[in-house]
Amino acid sequence: MNRRQYKWLFLIIPLIALAIWVDLSKQITIPNPFNSQTSLINRNVQTQLGLDLRGGLQVLLEADLPANATVSSGDLSVTRQILESRANALGVSEVVMQVAPPRRIVAEFPGLQDPEQVIASLQQTGLLEFVDMGSTPVAAGTIIQTDYGTSTTSTITTDTPATTTEAPSITPTTDPSATPAPTETPAPTPTIYHTIMTGAALNSVNVQAGQLSGFVIAFTLKSDSATMFADFTGSHINQYLAIVLDKRVISVPSINDQITGGQGIIQGSFTQDSANTLAIQLRYGSLPVPIKVVESRSVGATLGAESVSRSVIAGIIGLLVIIIFMGLYYRLPGLIADVALVTFALICLMLYKLIPVVLTLSGIAGFILSIGMAVDANILIFERLKEELRAGRTLRQAIDLGWKRAWPSIRDSNSSTLITCIILFWFGSTFGASAVKGFALTLALGVGISLFTAIIVTRTFLHVVLDTIKSTEHPRWFGI
Amino acid sequence: MNIIKFRYIYFGISLLVIVPGIIALILWGLPLGIDFTGGSLLEVQFASGQPPAIADVMALYNEMSTSLADISNPLVQPVGTDSLSIRSKEINDALKTQIVAALKDRFGGGQDVTIMNFTQVSAVIGQEIAIRAAGAVALAALAILLYITYAFRGVQHAFRYGTAAIIAMLHDVLVVVGVEAIIGHFLGWQADSLFLTALLTVIGFSVHDTIVVFDRIRENSNLYRRVDYATVVNHSIVQTLDRSINTQLTVMITLLALALFGGASIRHFVIILIIGIFSGTYSSIFNAPPILTVWENKEWRNWFRRKPKTEMI
Repeated sequence: MNRRQYKWLFLIIPLIALAIWVDLSKQITIPNPFNSQTSLINRNVQTQLGLDLRGGLQVLLEADLPANATVSSGDLSVTRQILESRANALGVSEVVMQVAPPRRIVAEFPGLQDPEQVIASLQQTGLLEFVDMGSTPVAAGTIIQTDYGTSTTSTITTDTPATTTEAPSITPTTDPSATPAPTETPAPTPTIYHTIMTGAALNSVNVQAGQLSGFVIAFTLKSDSATMFADFTGSHINQYLAIVLDKRVISVPSINDQITGGQGIIQGSFTQDSANTLAIQLRYGSLPVPIKVVESRSVGATLGAESVSRSVIAGIIGLLVIIIFMGLYYRLPGLIADVALVTFALICLMLYKLIPVVLTLSGIAGFILSIGMAVDANILIFERLKEELRAGRTLRQAIDLGWKRAWPSIRDSNSSTLITCIILFWFGSTFGASAVKGFALTLALGVGISLFTAIIVTRTFLHVVLDTIKSTEHPRWFGI
Repeated sequence: MNIIKFRYIYFGISLLVIVPGIIALILWGLPLGIDFTGGSLLEVQFASGQPPAIADVMALYNEMSTSLADISNPLVQPVGTDSLSIRSKEINDALKTQIVAALKDRFGGGQDVTIMNFTQVSAVIGQEIAIRAAGAVALAALAILLYITYAFRGVQHAFRYGTAAIIAMLHDVLVVVGVEAIIGHFLGWQADSLFLTALLTVIGFSVHDTIVVFDRIRENSNLYRRVDYATVVNHSIVQTLDRSINTQLTVMITLLALALFGGASIRHFVIILIIGIFSGTYSSIFNAPPILTVWENKEWRNWFRRKPKTEMI
């Protein structure tokens, strides 16, 4: 009968060794035995701390559309990709962006201290237009109306505005033929200018130092747009062309010559930063869905560091007191349960590093609560064990009965905790409420691992110890 | 030990805690944090170690408040010795920068003013979270009720066990929310998303604890078929009492360690957990099993008779 228990040792011992190895390393590498140049596994297993522990900014973004408008999941994930590339291009590292359906995106910027610029840059819709100004330029900075759909919700998928249908409620055009050929010069009303092409026609965008001072943005056009642009500039020499971003005029160069190479420069009073920001906006295009910030949280790095060290200290103290309590109250089984508890902590930490679980304050709280539940499973078993011993069973019988009888209560109580965890996790995911989600995840993992350690690890070790000491009747060791 | 005999005393003790809580809820309401109401929470640390008086900060906010961005009458609270937390209606980033600059100029004492924390939640989101949280709790209760009814399908009236567990759970929710309302009113605590997490944890723990006792009743009622139900219930409670106390102790140890040595940012969370988990253990011993007895005897028939029933068991 006891031989059956021993087979678990082949799982438990390597698992503990693996857990210690992962817990102690920052990087795990297994070299490929056939090729020394490559490795089979090469993973960074550093513990990942959440924003509340390391400091940083968390922003909850929401589609800025009427409440009844549905946002397609495709649009949302494209928006997330564009936002992520914008954020990465700004030089913010380790940005995490997750879609929280149906209409939200959670963005996390670890270690960020000055979030304003990032948020502003993320929110730009970045609709660039090249607008025909005719012969009378307007001053840079003016907000103008164009015949290109001002609805920021429209996706720029076409190179020319010719096929874009207008949203009538937003920009009523007086021109009944709303689809003029791009090379034609329509008769614009005094306030509505004609858009020749949009940022979608751009092929590449670069920031360059200006010839005199400041910075300029150099662009190249896609080949078909280049032809169209050449035609337009050829027929509008000595007139003005406005470069307009989000309906705001950036610069109004005059057309001196026909531009045939499909290359151009946007001048304006740019600093290096503002030129970079604009270039990023142009490069990554406009968002399929306009967004707004509905929630932002920033945590200073010092506060986070303090929380980490304090929670760790609290966790260690709590664990030590429990270990002492279990040893004093339950004697030999208690000490073995302590070993199982340390195993539990080691495996938890390993899984946090491997999955990886981003640890937040509430995640640590979930872990500490799961320690309580792991101990509870052993307490349930040991109380049964004592009862059976008092009822006059032999030690072996008592151990087997104790586990068997305690199992239904352990199963049912932990199942109900898992049910709660699942609902919490779902609740946390829909809101980007990462605190709730982290708590549910660590608690659920803890409940799962505790079932293994409290039941299998404790029982196996108890049998091993009993076989080693070759004694069967030592009731005092069991706290009776 | 006869716990069932004094069941109405234990119900009374529960009411002694719950009724003041409910009165506090009616009188003052549950003080909700910006996570549920929307608004801004700015926590600033003064390197000089001398934060300004609360009235001064309120005056500053009132001064900077405009009709477009109404931030008048903020709620200012000291945090530790050198920091302030200021709660107001939503402020935009430009305004936040202005406010911090003004705080530094006027009250910084020539030293830096650091933003420790800045949280901004729009009102719509907050309401949505509150509604969905209530939905999550209801869903969890329903799922647990179904699970217990299923897990106890072997005993008579399995549905009663689920219902009694849910009543015990609601008891703990009321204790936690009521205590939060009372403490919140006097100490200025606000229910935030961590409070919600704590509440949901208490729900999980409460049911966890109740099931352990019920499991014993399930087992014993199959063993002692001839014995009076109340006696079986009482016997089961006594048998699981050691376990209940020890588990309670270990969880309390970890929570106390967190409360004493953990950071200030989770102290509120931990204290709510301590109250809720104590209540959870109490209700799993003194409320949930007695409810089963009350139900079995259909005692509500006697509640409003002039003479109380002479034999309680």
